Amino acid sequence: MSVARALVAGRWVAVWRRNYLVWRKLAAVSIAGNIIDPLFYLLGFGLGFATMIPEVEGVKYIAFLAGGTICYTTMLAASFEALYSGFARMHVQRTWEGILNAPVSLEDVVLAEWIWAASKSLLSGTAILLVAIALGLGQSWTMVFIVPLAFLIGLSFAGMGLVMTALAKSYDFFTYWFTLVLTPQMLLCGVFFPISGLPGWVQAIASSLPLTHAIAIGRPLFLGQWPDSALLHAGVLVAYGAAGFWIALTLFRRRLLA
Amino acid sequence: MAGVLEAKGVRKSYGGREVVAGIDLALAKGECYGLLGPNGAGKTTTLRMLLGLTAPDAGTISLLGHPVPQAAREGRIRVGVVPQMDNLDPDFTVSENLLVYGRYFGMPEAEIRARLPKLLEFAALETRGASPIQSLSGGMKRRLVLARALVNDPDLIFLDEPTTGLDPQARHLMWERLRLLLRQGKTILLTTHFMDEAERLCDRLAIIDHGRMLAEGTPRALIAEHIEPEVVEVYGEGVEEWFGAQAKQLATRAELHGETAFCYTKDAAPAVASLKDHASLRFLHRRANLEDLFLKLTGREMRE
Repeated sequence: MSVARALVAGRWVAVWRRNYLVWRKLAAVSIAGNIIDPLFYLLGFGLGFATMIPEVEGVKYIAFLAGGTICYTTMLAASFEALYSGFARMHVQRTWEGILNAPVSLEDVVLAEWIWAASKSLLSGTAILLVAIALGLGQSWTMVFIVPLAFLIGLSFAGMGLVMTALAKSYDFFTYWFTLVLTPQMLLCGVFFPISGLPGWVQAIASSLPLTHAIAIGRPLFLGQWPDSALLHAGVLVAYGAAGFWIALTLFRRRLLA
Repeated sequence: MAGVLEAKGVRKSYGGREVVAGIDLALAKGECYGLLGPNGAGKTTTLRMLLGLTAPDAGTISLLGHPVPQAAREGRIRVGVVPQMDNLDPDFTVSENLLVYGRYFGMPEAEIRARLPKLLEFAALETRGASPIQSLSGGMKRRLVLARALVNDPDLIFLDEPTTGLDPQARHLMWERLRLLLRQGKTILLTTHFMDEAERLCDRLAIIDHGRMLAEGTPRALIAEHIEPEVVEVYGEGVEEWFGAQAKQLATRAELHGETAFCYTKDAAPAVASLKDHASLRFLHRRANLEDLFLKLTGREMRE
């Protein structure tokens, strides 16, 4: 398959590196932005609800919340990168057009965007993880596995997000994705409360959504436990990401190489 | 080895409308070849197909010996492209733009860095290496795009309307740089709708409209073939009356467009003599040029 060949050929690395170099220029601001928002949620809800809900599933509420917050932060990081920043590079700045005039194929460019957006998830996820550790919310060594998990969550959501980028006429279009797809997942998939307390039909919906599966791995790891059926959950994330990437690539070909 | 760039019978339709309807061209090493046509003539689509960014519906293309689009990527390794609209990376400085672009060609960092001073000098941006892109003038940006297209030391350079939007000083500097590249033995394919630009730079050119090649050859030969050697342009109070009464007798071919009469002839002396008696009329007596040819072949009506 052409994507596998492109991955091995490694031309995508130069494109990935371009995005990394731009990020490095503004890294401090970017990381601060990635940390501050989830930190407010964590402290606001965590401390606020702690008086009413001392424990959830046998752990302190703020520790319960932290595992979910890390997962949804990585979801948002990849989504912003794949949608807003990706659209800027493809359409507004015409960066892709310049790259495609060089001996680089569209597969290389889209692959680089996908992996870069997942890299942003990894950076954000690691940053918020370090903050959670600094706040004393967790200290299990299983937390190390949250770093590769953040990358996987990034691949999943960036793959789907790139479909929106391939279809977008302007930035406004992305509001639908955030309000209709990502925000519901933040509320339904167990970031703030366990989904086991929800009505059966809501649980059924939630268990089909990727963030649920991300949290099913991330929360236990944060709390020092081994997640149940980790491979199954990881498989769902891979499936969403790969399907999204494949559809996105088809749409990008139609949009840019017609 | 095949020619630098060859295209035979290239066609492309979008939604049933044929945008490129049979383009044939062959560029020899070291020549500057121009594609001239009004807006929407199919110039940019042709360039995209030659570069392998759009697959033609019919026809064959060979880019530096590589079949396109099948092996277009391999062909582009030795090609530089100056697109119609600047797409410099706004997040990088001048030097970073060149450095990052060189990596897309798989060039080692040391090799790109070694080329940087020469590229900056070529772009007349020696002192601006660390400047942000936003601080550059339009002409500087255009020259930087040209320098970026040279980062891989290409054999063939595509230029899509290289001087559109530039002031006269910036255009002349751009032309000087392009001639320098031709002296170095580079081959250039450019699109333009500036006739003076084509006349100055192009060894050969093709006039295209509605996706078809209407004429091809050296600028002087094309003008000699299609247009009478001398032109008198007449304008001013009463030009319509003069045109109706006299123009047809005084010139081989005469046309009235808006407020100007164009008289094409082998010998302009009778027309000029007649105009001496009409104090209200002003006129310009000149040699036929590429613009006359262009307007004859593509018509004078406005294009979108």
